[in-house]
Amino acid sequence: MLNSFQEGVLIICCVNVIAVLGMSVLTGFTRLFSFGNAGFMSIGAYAAAIASVQFHLPFPLAVLLGAVAAGVIAYILGSLTIRLRGDYFLISCLGFGECVRVLFNYTRDLTGGANGYSGIPYRTTGIVALGCAIVAFVVAWNFIHSRYGQALSAIRENEVAAATNGINVVRYKKMSFVFSAVYAGWAGALYAHYLQFITPSLFNLGKSSELVITTVLGGLGSLTGSVMGTIIVQILPEIFRSMSEYRMLFYGIAVVLVILVRPNGLYGYREFSLKRCVRSIKNIGRTKRGKESES
Amino acid sequence: MSEPILEMRNVEKRFGGVRAIDNFSLKVEPGAIYGLIGPNGAGKTTIFNTITGIYQADAGQILFEGRDITKIKPHEAAEAGIARTFQNIRLFGNLTVQMNVVIACNMHSSYHLGDALFRTPKYRRVTEETGERAMEFLKAVGLEDKAQERASSLPYGHQRKLEIARAMATEPRLLLLDEPAAGMNADESLELVEFIRELKEKFPITILMIEHHMDVVTNLCDACTVLNFGKTLASGTMKEIKENPEVVEAYLGGDE
Repeated sequence: MLNSFQEGVLIICCVNVIAVLGMSVLTGFTRLFSFGNAGFMSIGAYAAAIASVQFHLPFPLAVLLGAVAAGVIAYILGSLTIRLRGDYFLISCLGFGECVRVLFNYTRDLTGGANGYSGIPYRTTGIVALGCAIVAFVVAWNFIHSRYGQALSAIRENEVAAATNGINVVRYKKMSFVFSAVYAGWAGALYAHYLQFITPSLFNLGKSSELVITTVLGGLGSLTGSVMGTIIVQILPEIFRSMSEYRMLFYGIAVVLVILVRPNGLYGYREFSLKRCVRSIKNIGRTKRGKESES
Repeated sequence: MSEPILEMRNVEKRFGGVRAIDNFSLKVEPGAIYGLIGPNGAGKTTIFNTITGIYQADAGQILFEGRDITKIKPHEAAEAGIARTFQNIRLFGNLTVQMNVVIACNMHSSYHLGDALFRTPKYRRVTEETGERAMEFLKAVGLEDKAQERASSLPYGHQRKLEIARAMATEPRLLLLDEPAAGMNADESLELVEFIRELKEKFPITILMIEHHMDVVTNLCDACTVLNFGKTLASGTMKEIKENPEVVEAYLGGDE
């Protein structure tokens, strides 16, 4: 059905969709910016890889372990940093991400250091990746539309008002942070089982910023926007692959254009709805027919 | 005399060297509408912020229904039964009118994270009930036909009402209104007086309000406290206050 190149693109897309959905909950719905989510991805990737290779755990368990490991670290980090105001929280996350990368470079016995960690079995097939992305989307959708997600939106809109309406701001922010880390860890674990070989530099600051840029591009406060943003950000460079060196230029231009033309991102604060699409198409037909009958 | 619903004993709040409130005491009877008046910078909003836990008092004690709430956090104040509005309206602007109220109603929702992630029947039932309850509160303030509009797109007067509806949705026993008539003309503030009266009839609440418009205060309040530079200038029933020479001189002006 798909050749191996297309399947590869699909898998990379799905893995990134999962990481970006986590980012979307954190940044789009809670308005907390984190430039450290690649750190959580690498924790998930290494935890799952080690579980697979050293302890021969079955694939689903290894992925679960990767996600849980990232979540636990996020809970501990969040307990320390979540009370920090906007910029300071962002910087602390950035520092954390870099710390993780450097740490995995040094722990040569456990992670193989800068030479990378190899021999991970290939388990993340196209079907697995797609299935995971769909499950991730449904879970995130349910989370965001429940009272938990509503509380996060309230914090985004006005923290003081949220608190005086009975929302425990620190607890919910931490919940959102852990949620995004679990998703990042999940994505990382799948990524490791696709690449079969991981190095700490895969999860550098550039990866973290890519996640944030994708979320902003797709639209803050919109899960469907995040999915569309990921597809664009991941597929555009593939389309321009023949222009090799210029493709990052086009990528940059695309980001600037979207920010200029649609400051809220592609789907800011709205969700893509099939019903609305059908309705607007029907309306186009109706107005046309209306005009025809008039003339 | 019954036990006061809210009592503040010698509360003090400092910002650096400035005493925003100094040795402030207050007793509000259950079921009353109590006014807090005074010139700008007298420390009225600071008092609200210490009651709702946004600021922590530096000294003194605050009791709500006999319980010590001096060290309470804002969300705990809401859970205890204290709701408030803000001088500069603080709505969830990008969300719908109904969602603003639903979020406040959620404080009493009983489903858990698992229910939410798997959309259990309990989740569906509670969500539906919450939506209906939110609509009831919107009906109470006359905004039911605006439910699906964005909160920030409402005109100013409706935003004030929505903020009050949201506060009521946490089902408080004490409602703090911070200058509800700010920016309103005489007619609008008269309408507001009627609105607050109706609210008081519909719900069993006590109201503590900050207000500059003297006609609103004299029309509504049973008793009030006059503040000046963080200190209590006078307190008592409206009649006593109006006859207090100090208050007349400092605040009401000699012309009345």
